[in-house]
Amino acid sequence: MSIISSKNFKLLANPLNLENPVTVQILGICSALAVTTKLKPAIVMGLSVIVVTAFSNLAISAMRQYIPPRIRIIVQLVVVASMVILVDQLLRAFVYDVSKQLSVYVGLIITNCIIMGRLEAFAMGNKPWPSFMDGIGNGIGYSIILIVVAFIRELFGSGAILGFQVVPQSFYDAGYINNGMMIMPTMALVLVGVIIWIQRSFNKELIEKE
Amino acid sequence: MKSLRKFIDKNKPLFQKGGKLAKLGSTFGAIETFLFTPNHTSKSGVHIHDAIDLKRTMTVVILALVPALLFGSWNIGYQNGLAFGIERSLIENFLFGFMKILPIMVVSYGVGLGIEFIAAQIRGHEVNEGYLVTGILIPLILPVNIPLWMVALAVTFAVIFGKEIFGGTGYNIMNVALMARAFLFFAYPMQMSGDAVWIYELPTKLPVDGFSGATPLAQIAQGTSAKMASFHDMFMGFIPGSIGETSTLAILIGAAILIFTGIGSWKIMLSTVLGALAIGFLCNILAVNEYMTLPPYYHLVMGGFAFGAVFMATDPVTASHTEKGKWIYGFMIGVFAVLIRVFNPAYPEGMMLAILLMNVWSPLIDYFVVENHIKRRLKRDKMKGNT
Repeated sequence: MSIISSKNFKLLANPLNLENPVTVQILGICSALAVTTKLKPAIVMGLSVIVVTAFSNLAISAMRQYIPPRIRIIVQLVVVASMVILVDQLLRAFVYDVSKQLSVYVGLIITNCIIMGRLEAFAMGNKPWPSFMDGIGNGIGYSIILIVVAFIRELFGSGAILGFQVVPQSFYDAGYINNGMMIMPTMALVLVGVIIWIQRSFNKELIEKE
Repeated sequence: MKSLRKFIDKNKPLFQKGGKLAKLGSTFGAIETFLFTPNHTSKSGVHIHDAIDLKRTMTVVILALVPALLFGSWNIGYQNGLAFGIERSLIENFLFGFMKILPIMVVSYGVGLGIEFIAAQIRGHEVNEGYLVTGILIPLILPVNIPLWMVALAVTFAVIFGKEIFGGTGYNIMNVALMARAFLFFAYPMQMSGDAVWIYELPTKLPVDGFSGATPLAQIAQGTSAKMASFHDMFMGFIPGSIGETSTLAILIGAAILIFTGIGSWKIMLSTVLGALAIGFLCNILAVNEYMTLPPYYHLVMGGFAFGAVFMATDPVTASHTEKGKWIYGFMIGVFAVLIRVFNPAYPEGMMLAILLMNVWSPLIDYFVVENHIKRRLKRDKMKGNT
């Protein structure tokens, strides 16, 4: 078996579109609304979730034979929590300002439904390597949505991308004003809705049958 | 007229099934029915015929809005004159204001109807008349200084996210015109609130001494109610405010038209007023600050209360449908409008938020009214011993 077989590649690629955790399974919406006002925190948040899902999937999958089914949720929580603490400490050490912006949301990765969902649905029943790929795939699927939403929100809400002013001053002089609605979580929800709308119009199989 | 009819008849086959431009069929249909009375008749299964259809309903509402529109036009000129010390005659004031409203109306109708036509083409529906009223409501609830691109953006947002994604006219959960206003209110607060935006040119030019441009609602919220206009002035509408909302008198004329033709629900209007008065009296009893001592009937003539109660709350799509539900729905709008005004300093005007909130609740109210009715009937049946 090669390192990335076609089966494993599917685990990696499916969550990007047809099984996207945010737009298809509607998981992890709360953090998608909270950390996407600016692009930089969204990218860091995305990376953190990729790391946490991938490594907790790997760890749980490696010891899945030894976890008593009755206390498996507690074991999963312990693993996820230690991963999150590791990530949190790393962020504080190297990107302190972003860590401050993300505030509680890094800690709240523990409660992110995507992670628990993947552990329960995939890692508990599959070998470590495919589980790792599945974790990375779902993490990326989540990050893509975060980055798209944050890009639009920062561009129209603050006129900047990654903190650099991209809307020229001449626009403001002509009467253009940043959209305050984009800063609010409401607009993040609308944007996620629009992404779901666009995705479904390209993938007809995602539309529910009446 | 006849040549127009002939022209339409000649081109009709082009747009019908199998014609070259069949895809634009609904656009053609909309233009034809707009120009001439349609000659379609119901083919089967209809037992009740009524002369009033959606188009006629919309026309009556627009007629009812005309007094507010005319007064609004005059008031723009009048307020501008007051601010800069210019004397104008009645006609001059009116023309001055009308020329300021016209671009806003053109943008509102142009963008809104454009989206409606495109949506109808994509779906293969007929174009609905739903936007005819919304298109005139939106300019009437905006400040006169609103930049036109903001109007276009708000209309786009409101029509797509307030109406089309729910299925178009008649399926929207919230009032489309208020959606547009709420979007602008939260997206561009500097252009939608404050003292300067209500009077034409005030943000850019210096007014005469002692003129602030603050609305009565802002004055009482800031605790400067001594400068507030008299009840008479507020009732007549000689105050700054959104274009069509200032004159309670003009709105009452509209209300009379709506009630007389049976298009607006008098129950909603009355219960909204009752709700505001009830909570106003309650505030008066508690009266811990200046705002709470304001006589309750002042709330009815200040800000957008009258306009909201008559033209927004009665929107038949978003209001409660059950008769008992209408009383509850209206009453709660009045209550929330005054509560938000008095207790939330961030939002000087509570009417918009109160109506949007109750729009969301109205299906729930209907549900409980119907459930309650069923329960009562069952109980009555049991007492008779029929079960």
